[in-house]
Amino acid sequence: MEHITLLIGIVIVTALVFDFTNGFHDTANAMATTISTGAMKPKAAVAMSAVLNLVGAFLSVEVAKTISSGMLDEASGIKPEVIFAGLVGAILWNLLTWLAGLPSSSSHALMGGLIGATLASVGFGGVNGDVVVMKVLIPALAAPLVAGTAAMLATRLTYRLARKADERKTAKGYKAGQITSAALVSLAHGTNDAQKTMGVITLALISGGILGADADPPLWVIASAGIAIALGTYLGGWRIIRTMGKGLTDIQPPQGFAAQTSAAVTILASSNIGFSLSTTHVCSGAVMGSGLGRKGGVVRWSTATRMFVGWGMTLPAAGLIAAISAVIAEQGDWGVTVVAVLLVVSSAAIWLASRREVVDHTNVNDVDPIAPQNADATGTDAATGTDAARPTDEGAEPQPAGVVTTAIRAVVPPPTTGAAAALSDTESTPGDGPGEPSKPTADVAP
Amino acid sequence: MNIDWTALGEVFGVSLVATVALVGVFTLGILGSSSQAGRSGGSVVLARSAAVACYALCAAAVAFGIYLIAT
Repeated sequence: MEHITLLIGIVIVTALVFDFTNGFHDTANAMATTISTGAMKPKAAVAMSAVLNLVGAFLSVEVAKTISSGMLDEASGIKPEVIFAGLVGAILWNLLTWLAGLPSSSSHALMGGLIGATLASVGFGGVNGDVVVMKVLIPALAAPLVAGTAAMLATRLTYRLARKADERKTAKGYKAGQITSAALVSLAHGTNDAQKTMGVITLALISGGILGADADPPLWVIASAGIAIALGTYLGGWRIIRTMGKGLTDIQPPQGFAAQTSAAVTILASSNIGFSLSTTHVCSGAVMGSGLGRKGGVVRWSTATRMFVGWGMTLPAAGLIAAISAVIAEQGDWGVTVVAVLLVVSSAAIWLASRREVVDHTNVNDVDPIAPQNADATGTDAATGTDAARPTDEGAEPQPAGVVTTAIRAVVPPPTTGAAAALSDTESTPGDGPGEPSKPTADVAP
Repeated sequence: MNIDWTALGEVFGVSLVATVALVGVFTLGILGSSSQAGRSGGSVVLARSAAVACYALCAAAVAFGIYLIAT
């Protein structure tokens, strides 16, 4: 580890950040239906998924040697700047789709980013167009069809078999089965996707001459990649979980079981037969298939169309961001710095935009999008809006302080005394004020 | 441009058959373990043991899945 240059260091950190976004972006794949059917409580579901992702990262020693699956001409040597630019494209696209609540493939974002950066840096010679079609476009079309058809038929079968049974009695069994399938999806995700990050970091280390060519990733790389993806998973991409668990179709326990089993089987079959399909596409397809399989089940095609458009845009959009980043980053040290600063600023901007309508574990299953009644929103909004909150409690409710007022009401049911108590609290200790009202809210919140 | 239709077809076939089979077997397990009313003692025992067999089959499938992930 002694001769890691600043650039390689930046690439490693960026790769881990991508790994983290990959984790929270893909929590939905394993856990969206598990959460929406009520098989597990939201927090417990993401915690289980996180642990299994971590275990999965250590499970397989068979490391993907080529991060780009042959789409790029890696023999010519990828510069660290290009890897960095590719990662920036992938991270930003992941964040943008998360903001929009769209399930999209993190792997495609990474591939798109690397392709775009290579195009900008090396030109068309560095990209194998055939392989792009073979590995990206066809699977994106095939995955939802394969998993969807399987889930639809399985849903029909299970409803038909259990048509005379008591729904309340069978629900418990279905939920247990669904949790098992979801666990398998999480495990497979940890193995596959954490390895992509390990591959990127290892490639950067090799390109910097720290590791010999064809070296296996050192333990600290495996461990940090596993931890980053697990932390991301535990954070939970609640916006995407909501879209997948509630937005595409309404899921009952039998459907959730059928969908998750179809997803797990399809993922395992595809990765072992050698026609790799994206986990996200498989899971979304399975959810829609199970929606079609139940009598009276409805798939919201407007949401599905939005999702498909997102899939189509993933590769070019991540590629475009990466290409621009690559052009800037190749200008030298200042270029890399500029791209890094731009990445931080845009990420912060996206995060700020997401605070306008917070989705988290408390309201993930409320399909009604107007529900900012959670503790987290209060915590941050109160921090900036303490002053604004003071005049509001007397009765008038200006918009920016609405959240604070709601939270104060939630703490103590009688509004006037509760507000007064909270208010005097804030005034006596201005520094700790914001923490006070939000703390009890956390207990009250479901 | 050569698309590996054989592999795609295999994935399709395997996924379809395995999913439907697993979901079917597990559903039978649920039904077997929850059946009791209006039956004689013997058939309940039979249903219960059939359910156990179904669950065992599913557990084997899960174990195989973990094996596939780990190798």
